[in-house]
Amino acid sequence: MKADIRVALAGNPNTGKSTLFNVLTGLNQKIGNFPGVTVDKKTGYCSLPDGRTAEIIDLPGTYSLYPKSQDESIVFSVLADPSNPHRPDLVVVILDASNLKRNLLLYTQVADLKIPVVIALNMIDLADKSGITIDIDLFSKKLGVPVVPISARRIEGIDKLKAAISYANKIPLQEESIDVEAIAPQLIAEIQRTLRIENPYFALQLAHQHETLKFLSEAESNAIEELEKEFSFHSQKAQGTETIARYAFINELLYDTVKKPETAQDESLSNRIDKVLTHKVFGFILFFAILLFMFQAIFSWSAYPMELIADLFVWVQDKLHHLLPTGPLTSLLVDGVIAGLSGVMVFIPQIAILFAFISVLEDTGYMARVTFMMDKLMRKVGLNGKSVVPLIGGFACAVPSIMSTRTIENWKDRMITIMVTPLVTCSARLPIYTLLIALVVPNRNVWWLFNLQGLALTGMYIFSLISAVVVAFVFKLILKGRERGYFIMELPVYRMPRWNNVVYSMYERAKTFVLQAGKVIIAVSVILWVLASYAPGDRFERIDKKYQQPQYTKALNADELNRAIASEKLENSYAGVLGHVIEPAIRPLGFDWKIGIALITSFAAREVFVGTMATIYSVNGNAEKMESVQKKMHDAKNPQTGQPVFTLAVAFSLMMFYAFAMQCASTVAVVYRETKDWRWPAIQFAYMAVLAYVASFVAYHVLK
Amino acid sequence: MKLSQLLAGQKGIVKEFTDLEMSVKLMEMGCLPGEEVCVERIAPLGDPIAINVAGYSLSLRKREASTIILL
Repeated sequence: MKADIRVALAGNPNTGKSTLFNVLTGLNQKIGNFPGVTVDKKTGYCSLPDGRTAEIIDLPGTYSLYPKSQDESIVFSVLADPSNPHRPDLVVVILDASNLKRNLLLYTQVADLKIPVVIALNMIDLADKSGITIDIDLFSKKLGVPVVPISARRIEGIDKLKAAISYANKIPLQEESIDVEAIAPQLIAEIQRTLRIENPYFALQLAHQHETLKFLSEAESNAIEELEKEFSFHSQKAQGTETIARYAFINELLYDTVKKPETAQDESLSNRIDKVLTHKVFGFILFFAILLFMFQAIFSWSAYPMELIADLFVWVQDKLHHLLPTGPLTSLLVDGVIAGLSGVMVFIPQIAILFAFISVLEDTGYMARVTFMMDKLMRKVGLNGKSVVPLIGGFACAVPSIMSTRTIENWKDRMITIMVTPLVTCSARLPIYTLLIALVVPNRNVWWLFNLQGLALTGMYIFSLISAVVVAFVFKLILKGRERGYFIMELPVYRMPRWNNVVYSMYERAKTFVLQAGKVIIAVSVILWVLASYAPGDRFERIDKKYQQPQYTKALNADELNRAIASEKLENSYAGVLGHVIEPAIRPLGFDWKIGIALITSFAAREVFVGTMATIYSVNGNAEKMESVQKKMHDAKNPQTGQPVFTLAVAFSLMMFYAFAMQCASTVAVVYRETKDWRWPAIQFAYMAVLAYVASFVAYHVLK
Repeated sequence: MKLSQLLAGQKGIVKEFTDLEMSVKLMEMGCLPGEEVCVERIAPLGDPIAINVAGYSLSLRKREASTIILL
């Protein structure tokens, strides 16, 4: 779509910016990336009353143009860099009318960049309710910009805002807020002269941020550095001076235009809710209750749609097998690509539900309280209050959880969280654990109500949390922080969740997951398909010939024959050969080459283990039938010793292996995407592999 | 008197900061000299704390609060 005017939305976090974006653009939006950084770029289109179309860019929420996180750093680049392809013609600054003072700081900074501005005074209904009166005409006159009172949540004032956007001036007319030049007169003048910059505030911002800005050439950056030395510029002191001057301007403005009731001192509703939700006892009880409910919901609500998706793919595979001619291309499409796709799609329900919960908890303001309560505990092991969310999410799936670490501003805390999140027992491990536990742990109760198998499974979950905490602690000692950790965070007022936003968030995350993780999973699935469907030399032909002999065709029916062939072919395929190759390495863990094949095929996605076991032991009928896989595995005997293959020691050794090993291509891909550096997924893969080997080895030899 | 020494429910007025880097971040969030701050509550485990400043709730760790000197 071609837009006539480009509009950026800027504002503090928790001001209803996303809600306004959704209201303005409807479903007509898309998520991309800002070039070079992993910051989601949300853009959408909106028709204006004069018939033109506006492209709307939702900038990340920030308290000031001085960035504290990667997300925030994009705001200045987009607004100020003249060569940025997203540079807007107009900025809509969203202010929370019930909290104007802090909100106005960002406005004055943006206004001083001399881009045309319109103010959207959001939550005007809430301000009215709490008795705050704003003289909007005077406010608008003093700032020199159009001010539109709106309520994004109630969809009020949106038409007026659209009108203000379409009639906005092409040239900035806002009044000066502070005397920018007074902060560093000579330096600003010199930077303006050297880099031929008109705007003094842009020049000052360059002095502060030139080291991290990508649009400056090295020569330009060095020139600024030289000038800073010459005029002994101190970034933090200058920033402090600027902030104080801006607040002086804001205080004066608010004194003239805003009247607050004297009696506003009585306890707010949020404060009363906080007394319960962050209470020493109830606070934690409630938190764990919510966790438990979320956890339950992720599993039970997703069970049906997951089954549906899996069945749908089985049906499609079946149909395609019948419709298309048999041959390697069909097999590649059906058993490689579609099977891989099914492995991706099946996780969509869990991801959507997880993100629905996270978005509700964030929208209501509760997540900030969880962070507040857990920070001290998490800090002890090198994490951060904000790590709680990804770690909990890890129980469903590490992929969206790692995406949600972006809210952690501190680099070191975020890296540690990313590194340990895949250790948490995700849902893909569940089928492996249930299969193996059912195989070796007797199904009986101890102390009347505890089922032994249930205890073993719970044990695996708790074990995963403990290992994540221990590994986090080790990383805390190894990693060097780039910046000082701090924790200055707004506790937003409690609000009802906006269901629209919840739905958008579910949709966005599911889509990102499918697009990002999907590519890798399908690629790896195709490679694994090749490994499992081709064999060195003429092995497959010989197997085909062998089963054409009468002693097989007579004794077995067609189904059994096919299964016997499939099983023997897998054993002789490249995957089977690899299984034999790695057998010496996995022997100390109690694994034979057949398990080796399963380890290889489940390399990209853990849950493939069960399916491979079914193929290897040529299970009757549907591979989904867990009981039949179990029975075959139970009866499996070591050909040399005649002992059962799956003893207690082997089963637990295998579970330890899957608890630690990074058998998940999507996680590797998403860690790369989030860190933009191949070393992080490589380190993660390596440390997890070592832990997996050691833990399996120990488990096998202790239980043997 | 430091902000970190206040108990829940107590008020004070910001006088100055002992840490430049922290002061820049705090001032951006509206916590400036001359501003009244009130400790709303202390987290269940004793840290961080939540204060009311400039009309909203801000949470910060005790170590950070100890860089704020009150009148």
